[in-house]
Amino acid sequence: MSALLEVSGLAVAFGDLRAVRGVSLTVEKGRTLAVVGESGSGKSVTSLAVLGLLPPQARVVEGSVTFDGVNLLDLGDDGLRRLRGEELAMIFQDPLSALNPSLTVGYQIAEMFRRRRGMSRGAANERAVEAMAEVGIPDAARRAGSHPHEFSGGMRQRVVIAMALALEPRLLIADEPTTALDVTVQAQILRLLRERQRAGLGMIIISHDLGVVARTAQTVVVMYAGRAVESGTVAEVYSAPAHPYTLGLLAASPSARAGRREIRPIDGNPPDLASLPSGCAFHPRCPFARQRCRTETPPLRRLPSGRASACHFAEEVLSRAGTVQHAGA
Amino acid sequence: MPEPSNTPVLELVDLVAGYRTRHGLLGRRGEVRAVAGVNLAVGAGETVCLVGESGCGKSTVARAVVNLLTPISGEVRFAGRSLADLDRRELRAMRRDVQLIFQDPYASLNPRMTVRELISEAWRIHPGIVARERWDAEVGELLERVGLNPAHAARYPHQFSGGQRQRICIARALSVRPRLIVCDEAVSALDVSIQAQILALLGRLRDELGVAYLFITHDLGVVRHFADRVAVMHLGTIVESGDTEQIYSAPAHPYTQALLSAAPSVDDWRDRGGEEIVLSGDAPSPLRPPTGCRFHTRCWKAQDRCRGDEPALVHRGTDHPVACHYASTETGLENADVVR
Repeated sequence: MSALLEVSGLAVAFGDLRAVRGVSLTVEKGRTLAVVGESGSGKSVTSLAVLGLLPPQARVVEGSVTFDGVNLLDLGDDGLRRLRGEELAMIFQDPLSALNPSLTVGYQIAEMFRRRRGMSRGAANERAVEAMAEVGIPDAARRAGSHPHEFSGGMRQRVVIAMALALEPRLLIADEPTTALDVTVQAQILRLLRERQRAGLGMIIISHDLGVVARTAQTVVVMYAGRAVESGTVAEVYSAPAHPYTLGLLAASPSARAGRREIRPIDGNPPDLASLPSGCAFHPRCPFARQRCRTETPPLRRLPSGRASACHFAEEVLSRAGTVQHAGA
Repeated sequence: MPEPSNTPVLELVDLVAGYRTRHGLLGRRGEVRAVAGVNLAVGAGETVCLVGESGCGKSTVARAVVNLLTPISGEVRFAGRSLADLDRRELRAMRRDVQLIFQDPYASLNPRMTVRELISEAWRIHPGIVARERWDAEVGELLERVGLNPAHAARYPHQFSGGQRQRICIARALSVRPRLIVCDEAVSALDVSIQAQILALLGRLRDELGVAYLFITHDLGVVRHFADRVAVMHLGTIVESGDTEQIYSAPAHPYTQALLSAAPSVDDWRDRGGEEIVLSGDAPSPLRPPTGCRFHTRCWKAQDRCRGDEPALVHRGTDHPVACHYASTETGLENADVVR
């Protein structure tokens, strides 16, 4: 299958600070890719760069972002603006930031149909109500006349999803879409997103929660200190991680499902981007680290089954992971 | 006077607590009963987790326990004595025995105080815990105990990361040698690698010092790894409680079943497309809880009886108490049309 979106060697800088340092990823139609990492890993900056939504002090210094054969980085503001909404859409953790508090939600959704599709006010309003019903908002015709603050957090996120999907984009980027929601509401939203993906939507889900990723994505990219350190299918990466950081993250994640598995922390703290460790940025926290890791930055390299790891000792980690099953190192 | 060893450190008896409300500027006054009759005990050295979603009243319980909020009715008993019966001196002593750790360590640390000042502050307020000439040594020992460098005692909170700040909060809580620490979402804001560090630290302190925890969280994964016993809270009441493994391996209240089913887990990649309970609609507002069983509006098992008759938290042929007329470890989902 040909890729819907292909990001290659992306690097983003805030002044002298490299927030993203050479990230590549691929999203296919009807599939979900997860970008997972902790705070400061560069996962959100990566997604903002894809959509051309970086803050003014940040710039893409290297790489390409190809959507359907077109390099988005060459497109310019007007071209990007046309694509956003039509072909690419994004939702964020806080739905209120995406909604105008003084307009009814029906008006805000209908506005997209009027502006982008040239629909009459009446037809656009009708489509807006349909769009709300499609994301599971009960009593949509009446609720279209409500303002954002009159909705619960979960319903608000549904409104934002209705708006993002209104013009039937082919790619949706969801940045921590359920982080602010209660767990039962989160389950509703994740189910909605999964249904859309099965209907053909390509999706990138950005998350710090390995459980959310396990439930929604087929493939995963693990980021640490601005780099992709591991990628592969969710089943491969979760069952036998090939990077010590992934191994550590899985061992540190509490699970409501597995019996009484010990959780094991990763020692130390995430690095400061302004003073990254030499060599592999993870080496000060890594139980596998040797002299080579202090001096030589490991590239993301392909392993036999098509997955990739940025660790000099990926094969060793893999064999270790296979035998101890998330038990950490 | 030493109390008998089987007396719980903390006991909540029919606790009802809440807040006054007002609708509009001159509107009618009302009252939200965020906690509507809770019974709970925490034994010495025991970890009890109170788990629930936003608005369930779990933080109100925390506030009542540390006496930041006066109950509307019912009792908070500490070491067998009701807080309402304590005089001022006894209340001061009780404040030493119960410490509170919040979600946001930055908001709970005065940015203008050094770590040394933050930790020794309580010794100024409660003389007799640590002699003045021992302060520096004791601060160093506490910092070491929570995994911080004793040489950093002269630093300010902003010079530490989020996880390290939470360690400072823990050191400060330990400084008065408490018997109970109430943790209100104490690890919820931390990255998972750091969260595991703090949980490991709290676990070690439990083993070394015998401190008991009332651990309040929405995170069902954390609860499974950390709790001896669990109480599941929904709209102001406890719907199910028991030993952690009883609750996780055989939940018998539909709400607990839905919660556990909804909690994403790193193990979920193995088993997709299994039975999944997704509740429809929103949780009711605590301002106007439903009559009868407070869960009936979202429950796939609800019958007429549930609308009028509030179920008590009792054993119902289960090995732990459940507040449901139709408690069963079978979800009975095949008869459910609410669940899509």
